[in-house]
Amino acid sequence: MNIRAQIAMVLNLDKCIGCHTCSVTCKNIWTNRKGVEYAWFNNVESKPGIGFPKEWENQEKWKGGWKKENGQLELKAGGRISKLLNIFANPDMPEIDDYYEPFDYDYPKLQNKPLSEAAPTARPLSQITGQRMEKIQWGPNWEDDLAGEFEHRSVDQNFKGIQKEIYKEFEKTFHMYLPRLCNHCLNPACVASCPSGAIYKRDEDGAVLIDQDRCRGWRMCVSACPYKKIYFNWESGKSEKCILCYPRIESGMPTACAESCVGRIRYMGVVLYDADKISDAAGVAGDKDLYKSQMDIFLDPNDPEVIRQAQEQGIPDTWLDAAKRSPVYKMAIDWKIAFPLHPEYRTLPMMWYVPPLSPVQSQIDQGTLPTEADGVIPKSEALRFPVQYLANLLTAGDEKPIFSALNRLLAMRSNQRSKNVDGTTNVAALEAAGLTEQQSDEMYQMLGIANYNDRFVIPTANEALAQEDPYAFQGQNGFTAGNASSQGSDSGEGFTLFPASRKRTYTPQDIQQPRKKDTV
Amino acid sequence: MTLNDFFFGAYPYLAGTIFLLGSWLRFDREQYTWKADSSQLLSNKNMRIASNLFHVGILAVFFGHLVGMLTPHSWFLALGISDTAHQYIAIYAGLIFGSLCLIGSIMLLLRRLNEPRVRAVSRKRDTFIIGWLLATVALGLSTTVVSIDHASHGDASTMIALTEWVKSVATLSVDASLIQDVNFIFKLHMFFGMTVFLLFPFTRLVHVWSVPLSYLGRAYQIVRVRKIRMN
Repeated sequence: MNIRAQIAMVLNLDKCIGCHTCSVTCKNIWTNRKGVEYAWFNNVESKPGIGFPKEWENQEKWKGGWKKENGQLELKAGGRISKLLNIFANPDMPEIDDYYEPFDYDYPKLQNKPLSEAAPTARPLSQITGQRMEKIQWGPNWEDDLAGEFEHRSVDQNFKGIQKEIYKEFEKTFHMYLPRLCNHCLNPACVASCPSGAIYKRDEDGAVLIDQDRCRGWRMCVSACPYKKIYFNWESGKSEKCILCYPRIESGMPTACAESCVGRIRYMGVVLYDADKISDAAGVAGDKDLYKSQMDIFLDPNDPEVIRQAQEQGIPDTWLDAAKRSPVYKMAIDWKIAFPLHPEYRTLPMMWYVPPLSPVQSQIDQGTLPTEADGVIPKSEALRFPVQYLANLLTAGDEKPIFSALNRLLAMRSNQRSKNVDGTTNVAALEAAGLTEQQSDEMYQMLGIANYNDRFVIPTANEALAQEDPYAFQGQNGFTAGNASSQGSDSGEGFTLFPASRKRTYTPQDIQQPRKKDTV
Repeated sequence: MTLNDFFFGAYPYLAGTIFLLGSWLRFDREQYTWKADSSQLLSNKNMRIASNLFHVGILAVFFGHLVGMLTPHSWFLALGISDTAHQYIAIYAGLIFGSLCLIGSIMLLLRRLNEPRVRAVSRKRDTFIIGWLLATVALGLSTTVVSIDHASHGDASTMIALTEWVKSVATLSVDASLIQDVNFIFKLHMFFGMTVFLLFPFTRLVHVWSVPLSYLGRAYQIVRVRKIRMN
């Protein structure tokens, strides 16, 4: 048993209101730099929809993740030799238009325009060329709240096996938000596809980072990540990705996206897993078995044998203690109400999603709604959202675990309603969903109340156990605002023989001096 | 010192020294600038054709020069390759791979100049180096006109002179007079070629050093351990 600890996250989609606070917080901290304006380490998509970049879930197009070939687990786009043969031009590389051409508005014009009858407008300018853009075509939340035509968003891969035409009707339409970030996978395809060996997984907390000094910009990771969460910085020529806010994590704080979530939908904690089982778990034959096989590699943090071996292998006691109180362990493994995003990509993702309940109001009015025994809480199959769609998203198409999770969420509500309205518990509903009363109460506390201390159980990094030479870790940050780890001249300032950045590109923030005759 | 002595006696070492020391310095101090600097994200049109033609062509041409010039003359003879055969192999291989490289570099240069996004993010040195490589390969191709004339008359003296000169450079016993009398087009091509090495450390060409062959023998997953294992 090779025990490792992983910082994982649960996102309760039932409570996501699609406010994009997570995205904006993240952008302001990590990607408000030239070259990554178009990069959203965290973005929130409206589902159904084709997402950002366009059709990221279509792996026949992008060849991301892994495939099972002749009994072997292999990168979907091909193995090492194929990677090197394609290194001069990656055939699966997305183009900037698959994301969007980064733009800003010509704000200086608002300040500098001479007095006129018509109000001046700030039109969009490309942040790459500085040229005016006639039309903005796409973005990280382009289909927000089901914007656009059904024909366009119904290309969504999660409609597989669903008669999607009926969802075209306004009365039948359904919608949810899907916040997405790097999954910090246990079997990351980006790490495996990097010819330079620049991408790595941290042993201590499982964050997947790109060593900015070792990255040579071969751009294989961009296409290999099935979630398209590796972005090529066109300014620095290196790839960048979500860094799990590791400076915060190391201090025991949640990531910025989780901290700032106004809906309190995000939970973070430690899970322990057996690294020896990774290839077996990712390599089971059937896609539908992947959810189960992924569950099997986690270790029970309360098992004395696990604790003993983990201590032997140098996992600090603070981490083992955090693992026992981990909200992620409770929701994903204990209660089985949270699921990995697209387990069929075989990367063993570590961001887990609680499937959303959905409205049924119109059916209640008609009196035709199938309900639980209490006559009020609807049955999960009565929900507006097709369970097959959620299953395609979260369990590679297996509906059973999704039904079970939805039933548990409903039973918990049913019990809470009984307690508050009737003054009695509704143990029958709980038992039907396979829950005990105590579990239901804990679930209510975790999902409904969602206290800060319940949502985030993050141990601080154990610096006492870290190596002492910080210079050995220069450039491993995974992000940089320039040639930060260099001992030479910082790029972009003054003359250098070895420039890291480009200077000719345009930033519309330059405020022009007002012309003399305009000033009073 | 005549101009011939400078360009074919001193310049090879000047270019070679800057090539090696510059690369070393940059690798040592400026890792963040060490990259292939791909612009495929910004414009993917025809990139598969252009980039592959260019890279396959230039790599084949480079190794062709290396093998053709540095293999001892006696080895070729021992292999049964006569001087005339050597000339024709060099001419045909050079024409084929040089043409691939020429077409590729023309496509890449046009892309760099005409694609608005690529043009906007190009540094002067990015545009310059692809233009320089294009000129070098074009000059190299034009030498074949002279070479074909030599080969068809059974005259191997120029080829022998050039290879002997390359060997004299490689063995640090340079003799510029060996190529005193070769056709000027060869000399111009050689100057352009040597200058590529001189420019190498200051351009994106440094990514050549980082050809990731170690990937072939690497385990897929990489885990970096920072903590000191207690046992």
